[in-house]
Amino acid sequence: MNGSARIREPRAPQAIVIGGSAGGVDALLGVLSNLPQGMRVPVICMLHMPASRESRLAEVFAPRLPVPVREAGDKQSIEEATVYFAGSGYHLSIEQDRSFSLSCEPPVHFARPAIDVLMASAADVYGEALVGILLTGANADGAAGMAEIHDKGGFTVVQDPAEAQVATMPRAAIAASAPDLILPLAAIGRLLQSLVMGEAPEQQQTVNATTAEQGQKRKVEKP
Amino acid sequence: MKPQLHATDIELRMLIEAVYLQYNYDFRDYTGASQKRRVLHALREMDCPTISALQAKVMHDPAAFSQLLQYLTIPVTEMFRDPSFYLSLREQVMPFLKTYPSLKIWVAGCSTGQEVYSMAIMLREEGLLERAIIYATDINPQSLETARRGVFPLEHMQLYTENYQAAGGKTAFSNYYTAAYGGARFDQSLVENVTFADHSLSTDSVFSETHLISCRNVMIYFNRKLQNRVFGLFHESLCHRGFLALGSKESIDFSDYGNRFEALAKRDRIYRKLAT
Repeated sequence: MNGSARIREPRAPQAIVIGGSAGGVDALLGVLSNLPQGMRVPVICMLHMPASRESRLAEVFAPRLPVPVREAGDKQSIEEATVYFAGSGYHLSIEQDRSFSLSCEPPVHFARPAIDVLMASAADVYGEALVGILLTGANADGAAGMAEIHDKGGFTVVQDPAEAQVATMPRAAIAASAPDLILPLAAIGRLLQSLVMGEAPEQQQTVNATTAEQGQKRKVEKP
Repeated sequence: MKPQLHATDIELRMLIEAVYLQYNYDFRDYTGASQKRRVLHALREMDCPTISALQAKVMHDPAAFSQLLQYLTIPVTEMFRDPSFYLSLREQVMPFLKTYPSLKIWVAGCSTGQEVYSMAIMLREEGLLERAIIYATDINPQSLETARRGVFPLEHMQLYTENYQAAGGKTAFSNYYTAAYGGARFDQSLVENVTFADHSLSTDSVFSETHLISCRNVMIYFNRKLQNRVFGLFHESLCHRGFLALGSKESIDFSDYGNRFEALAKRDRIYRKLAT
């Protein structure tokens, strides 16, 4: 199913998962800063941080966002209209009853938490009603997770590698499974504003992924 | 809303049920996503096309089951993990423990033993090891065997040393091990008073009264129901005003036993049983 064009229209999202690594804090601040206060869909964020340090992402983002921000806690039910951040040192998964769970399995792509783990479990639970977004990063984590979301019928958006601070992560995702959209950050921010209101991505927004990828290549080749 | 079950989820549930009925290992109340991931990993490593095929294999071959058990349990741990926890234990719990003439400590779900050796080192430095009996329990016999041997990979020593120092270690960490058997072999006098034993938090009951229970990064694999059972065991085992230590993302607060313990060091997840 990888690389196939979308047959069904995208569904209204019930959850949005965003992953990133190097350069991810700035990218994510840009994407999240205009979230509408009446948002209805949970946004679950994971950025790679050094394992030795306790993650303070939720504390860093909370005063900067107009919506509730929390660290995702073990066995916590996922509330709508909340932005969650994965804490450090543990993998984060989503359970069938739509709660979070933590685990200490070995790192994936040297990362714990790993974006692949979060995205695969989210795809299992939300299926077509999931949106996966992958931002800048210097690591291939997230590529398999995005492919999983795509395979389960979810909607995938990758940051345009040309403008990403580090292009490795978006490139790996595009290579693993053609995303529905490849967009610059500003456009991802705008898209997110409608997604968090529970609106399905508009059909005209869904470019044929193969074309987008080729367009991307053409762009890179231009002097 | 009842979640829609895929074939894999049905197979997984049947495998877990079969393992329980055949081998009496009860994983039925373990958290789903992580368990599914580990069983799918086992599938690939054990060369089975489906979970059903894995089930058939495991049902008729105890050796295959013991292989699967290595995936169903999570033997990932490190010495002095979360140094600030050990520092709190040293500074806030040890002074109380020093008031007892003899001590019983239970390291529940001890896996390959890193927590046990960490605890023993700290007890020795606080002058408590001689009067302590430590019960180190796990459901995985292979992990217990590794714990008993006390030989850990040399390449982990740098991390362990850093953790140890940050945890308020009082000497050079290398005093506790020698290079042997292709790894770092820990001083066996540390575990002279340790009883390594097969014990299941899912199915077994309390075996002794204890002063301190350390059960770190075990509860995250259990659902609420099993967590409540285990907190019940701990409450029963702990002596008057006994201590309970959990992993850095675990909490007793939302369980049935939340109001029967008080936080002694909330950030480091150290709790104390309330007088009843």
